Amino acid sequence: MSSLVIIDAGGANLGSVRAAFQRLGVEPEVSRDPARIAAADRLVLPGVGAAAPVMANLRALGIDGFLRETRKPLLGICIGMQVLFERSDEGDVQGLGILRGEVRRLPMAEGIRLPHMGWNRLRKCMVSPLLDGITDAAYAYFVHSYGVIDSANTMLETRHGRAFAAAVTHGNVVGAQFHPERSSALGARFLRNFLEWQPT
Amino acid sequence: MLSRRIIACLDVRDGRVVKGIRFRDHRDMGAIEDLALRYRNAGADELVFYDITASTQVRAVDVDWVRRVSDLLDIPFCVAGGIDSVERARAVLHAGADKISINTPALLRPHLVNELAGEFGSQCVVVGIDSLRDADGEWRVRSHTGDPSATQAHARRTLDWVVEAQQRGAGEIVVNCMGSDGVRGGYDIAQLRAVRAVCEVPLVASGGAGSCAHFVEVIQQADVDAALAASVFHSGAIAIPRLKTVLYANGIAVRHA
Repeated sequence: MSSLVIIDAGGANLGSVRAAFQRLGVEPEVSRDPARIAAADRLVLPGVGAAAPVMANLRALGIDGFLRETRKPLLGICIGMQVLFERSDEGDVQGLGILRGEVRRLPMAEGIRLPHMGWNRLRKCMVSPLLDGITDAAYAYFVHSYGVIDSANTMLETRHGRAFAAAVTHGNVVGAQFHPERSSALGARFLRNFLEWQPT
Repeated sequence: MLSRRIIACLDVRDGRVVKGIRFRDHRDMGAIEDLALRYRNAGADELVFYDITASTQVRAVDVDWVRRVSDLLDIPFCVAGGIDSVERARAVLHAGADKISINTPALLRPHLVNELAGEFGSQCVVVGIDSLRDADGEWRVRSHTGDPSATQAHARRTLDWVVEAQQRGAGEIVVNCMGSDGVRGGYDIAQLRAVRAVCEVPLVASGGAGSCAHFVEVIQQADVDAALAASVFHSGAIAIPRLKTVLYANGIAVRHA
């Protein structure tokens, strides 16, 4: 198995993301060392909380430029997905800009509460080996108030008031707004697909 | 469409899951990990672990079992009990809990809600409220409910506290209706409807579940996002797969595990 590094850019869900890979029989390394991160075969960028501290940490570690340029498979989870985009409304933060688009506060409406918290249905918008074994209308676990509404790279979509990206992919990059580490069998399958993914 | 959540609540004491009637006469139910996995496999959408002795004995949850549960579980879980500072919250969240729930410490020092939301984000800050209707007809909050002899009544109205907790950054509200808790006669629909009217964040109903119909009723009539129960799940009176089937048959969006 190729080496997997979980990038420690702060946030509390590092341990649960690592445990999710361990349950798949993989032993990831959690690191903030730019040399270790650059040497990895696959990278995961988790994040909870807000985009600003995650971006500040990536810049402080000096790996923001590397993440823009690497061709290694890179998975961003929750805030880790949001910082793949150009900009976030949450704190008016510049993201990595690997993907085109902006992160906006999800609109509220009658009966539509924020945070979007709980299990919601996924709709496939793309054919990808990342979705092998994942059936349309399966449930994944979300907890967030900001999201990507219009992305040309939407792979999975969900709906809370309106449709937005549950997962995106482009080139060597994949992002999940949902939490695969807390999405039961579906999440485990998604992570396994990422481990086996060979972006073209 | 977002599904309604079914949450199983496990009382933890000295590192074991216990069952008691109104927090008395505790019986050992088993190891935390075994019960966590059992409920995960049954299709619970979320678990809450409540350290029932923490607030009254002025100590916070020890985090070793939180880490063990986090490594094991692939569904979200919340930890409650004695979290009264940013440092304690950090320890629990970094051990892998997805959310922390604060109750008595938030009543004693409401600014704690602001501090936790500012540090970790609203999405992991749950405010739990124990509420009881007083003789004048008002619902008011109670603190230190982990020990009946230590429970204190407060002048604060439940509905006011629900509003204030949201303004301070709570990302979810759990209302435990003490008048219906443990009686299995159904959730307190009138109270939960009143709370729903002032609650813009996810709302969790607690206290009173005795049958599958009670879950249908509280979701349909009080529009709660989630319903929590403990004893009916522990005793086997309600099996979660059957509960999900009943909810689905009543047109309620649920996740089937």
